[in-house]
Amino acid sequence: MSEAVKNIFRFILFILLQVYVLNKVPHLHRFITPYLYFLFIIWLPFSVSRQWLMLIGFITGLTLDYFIMTPGLHAAACTLIAYVRPFLINILTPKDSSEFNYREPSPAAMRWAPYAVYVFVLTSLHHTYLVLLEWMSFGTFTGFIIKVIATTAISLLLIFTIELLFPRKLKFKTNVA
Amino acid sequence: MRNIFLFIRRYRTFFTFLILQGVALWFLFSYNKYHRAKFLGVANEITGRINTQYNKVEDYFTLKEENRRIHRLNDSLLNLLPRNFGVRDTIVQMVRDSVSVDTMGTYRRYYSRPAVVVYNTINSQKNYIQLNRGSSQGIRDNMAVVNSDGSVVGVVVNVSPNFSQAMSLLHVQNKVNASLKRSGDMGTIEWDGVNPQYLQLKGIPKSIDIKKGDTVLTSPYSFNFPPGYLVGTVAEIVNDKSTNFYVLKIKTGTNFYSLHQVHVLANTDYDEQTRLNKETKRRIEENKRHRSE
Repeated sequence: MSEAVKNIFRFILFILLQVYVLNKVPHLHRFITPYLYFLFIIWLPFSVSRQWLMLIGFITGLTLDYFIMTPGLHAAACTLIAYVRPFLINILTPKDSSEFNYREPSPAAMRWAPYAVYVFVLTSLHHTYLVLLEWMSFGTFTGFIIKVIATTAISLLLIFTIELLFPRKLKFKTNVA
Repeated sequence: MRNIFLFIRRYRTFFTFLILQGVALWFLFSYNKYHRAKFLGVANEITGRINTQYNKVEDYFTLKEENRRIHRLNDSLLNLLPRNFGVRDTIVQMVRDSVSVDTMGTYRRYYSRPAVVVYNTINSQKNYIQLNRGSSQGIRDNMAVVNSDGSVVGVVVNVSPNFSQAMSLLHVQNKVNASLKRSGDMGTIEWDGVNPQYLQLKGIPKSIDIKKGDTVLTSPYSFNFPPGYLVGTVAEIVNDKSTNFYVLKIKTGTNFYSLHQVHVLANTDYDEQTRLNKETKRRIEENKRHRSE
């Protein structure tokens, strides 16, 4: 399966999962929504250019937004993490490209510790920005802090569970197309 | 000039980021203010289709609850049938006219359309409900939405050709006029965004005797809601010492977890009433200005 087709499937799967499962399940707490859809952006291949990355992030967020009627909210947060992602990858992956020939971020490609840092930074950034935007129109400061911490914790738990349950097959970049 | 282009070229990623952020925030804030989303017409049609498919499956899980509600409503309607009422005087026959406008001076003020909820959340502070009827089926902005057992659900805020979005009572910007059934006092229903089972009724003066379990109905002064639809029951009386008004905690009449079949109620006088209201305000403002000059 080509990379593009795989990612389109992934996109549909993540959006449907978010809209019909994670937004619908009875929550641990009323306002703590488990978020997972942005894992799509975290998993995008290394080869995507920065502009495209942001555009894809924006579209991902906006698609979710139109389902749950918050136009712009998730789009803003997704654009932010799509913007920050290349910087993080630059810091966290080995500089020597001969050692580094994986296609997309995964624990196997980046080693567990750097990958965990990568996921943690993007997740907390996404949630902080998202909850901040919500809080600007309504809410209290303590509510804001609790919500950021709790949603981040739940998302991280989900992401690492998924990484352990469904290890992605390693794909190498090769000279042969 | 060349330097400017070079500068833009050099930081084009950052500029793309700024532009996309700007667009996203513009969407967000314009929606929060007017509940008019950009490109909602198209998006609503698509999400509506997908939500309908999902809803076909989900329906089965709420059938039992739905059935019970409809049965209860049918029961209350059966009690209203003219044949339940006898007339003792055999000379005078009671006739009930079913024509919408009759010569007796009564006319149909509200009419209802059935709709199905295709998407609904309760976990946000701004909850919206998507219905499978839109402007082609006669749904307009500001129509009232009530549940299949006749309790208040929300108000339509946005329509596309085949789907519409309603603001749920569980929305922090929602304000619905309500009155106490026992004393008839008016207040405003709001939601504090905390618990989806409880609303707040504000503006009831402390001079009124209120008991737990009192019924709260939609007020006769509301423009969108017909009077007498159930909003909820008083669950707790909070004595706010700083004002002369109670803050009442209201248990919602609607179970927002299991919304399925709803009725969309239209007020035929809505346009006229709101126009008159606006006109009055404008005229008063004008008078003020004249006087100050």
